[in-house]
Amino acid sequence: MSIKPIERAASATPQSVARKVRGLSDRAIAWLFVAPTILLLLAINIFPLIWTVRLSFTNFRVNRPNREADFVGLRNYERILTDGDIWVTMQATAHFLFWTIVLQVLIGFTLAYLINKKFRGSDLWTTVIVLPMMLSPAVVGNFWTFLYQPQIGLFNYVVGFLSGTDPSGFSMIGEVALAPWAIVIVDTWMWTPFVMLICLAGLRSIPESIYEAAECDRASKWRQFWTITIPMVLPFLMLAVLFRGIENFKMFDLVVQLTGGGPGSTTELTSINLKREAFEKWRTGYASAYAVILFVTVFGLASIYVKALNKVKER
Amino acid sequence: MILLQTRPTEGERERKSTAPRRIFVRGPWEMGASILIGLGVLMLMQPFFLWAYTYSFIVLLIGTVGFIIVSHFPE
Repeated sequence: MSIKPIERAASATPQSVARKVRGLSDRAIAWLFVAPTILLLLAINIFPLIWTVRLSFTNFRVNRPNREADFVGLRNYERILTDGDIWVTMQATAHFLFWTIVLQVLIGFTLAYLINKKFRGSDLWTTVIVLPMMLSPAVVGNFWTFLYQPQIGLFNYVVGFLSGTDPSGFSMIGEVALAPWAIVIVDTWMWTPFVMLICLAGLRSIPESIYEAAECDRASKWRQFWTITIPMVLPFLMLAVLFRGIENFKMFDLVVQLTGGGPGSTTELTSINLKREAFEKWRTGYASAYAVILFVTVFGLASIYVKALNKVKER
Repeated sequence: MILLQTRPTEGERERKSTAPRRIFVRGPWEMGASILIGLGVLMLMQPFFLWAYTYSFIVLLIGTVGFIIVSHFPE
């Protein structure tokens, strides 16, 4: 008679270990397996979070570790929430968030709608469109700085060619009025494919029979679009908006590589500003309070996201 | 004046016992918390009033903490 693998494993277990495990319940053994992961999560997620909240009530500076940190109460929060410069940073983030989401949803949905109409080479086009999303943000930021060069940049050349203006007469990343749009364009170029993929999944999940029934009822294509396509893709679109919203709220690498927050502080998003406060000015307590504010904002948005996700699942 | 006191009917008793429960249902509270979160984000990022920016965090915090609490309410 052959020995089963489980019996072989049991016989290979050292007697001392077997004696210890034999006395444990299934629940205890389950906890034994889960405990390392929980401990790791506590150590790298929960503990830093609690420590950040604690530091946000002090004037601790990490570059002066030997100096005693004083408890300052809510003063850090008060200073951040009455600071005009941080308010401007929030507005820059809002501009970036709003326009990237609007453009990505419009272009992403349009592309998905076109790709969904089966045509020759549609799979190839999907792959080509998705390519920017696969690149590293640092690489994208770097090569778009070349594209935006007034003298040799392709972007300036194309704009000059189409509008008849002098290509070297404007600098996308050097002018206060244009720099916020420069980062919007690059983020849209990079992340529209992501929105397109989500919309495509939504469009492909619509059963053909619904359209056939609408055809039988003599519904026009326009009516089918507004009463079938849009309502059925809406949850997917909503998810894409929330995904991009949360991601763009934390945007750092692409913008640092592209403009470094400049000119002046026109493209200084909250994450860049936070990094400056924490690791250039070394105001750790202040930066911790700033991080807590951003965390609560992202957490709040994420809560709504989870709720929306559950609604989509219920459908 | 004498007020006639009648015994509560079965339906009335049931309504009374479930009344507090009906107040703490998840749907509307969750919606309220979501609106507070949305309002907080709007106040945080609008370019018009500094006072709205100043009070945005407290609105956001109430909304977020409220959302965590009310998401444990019964359906």
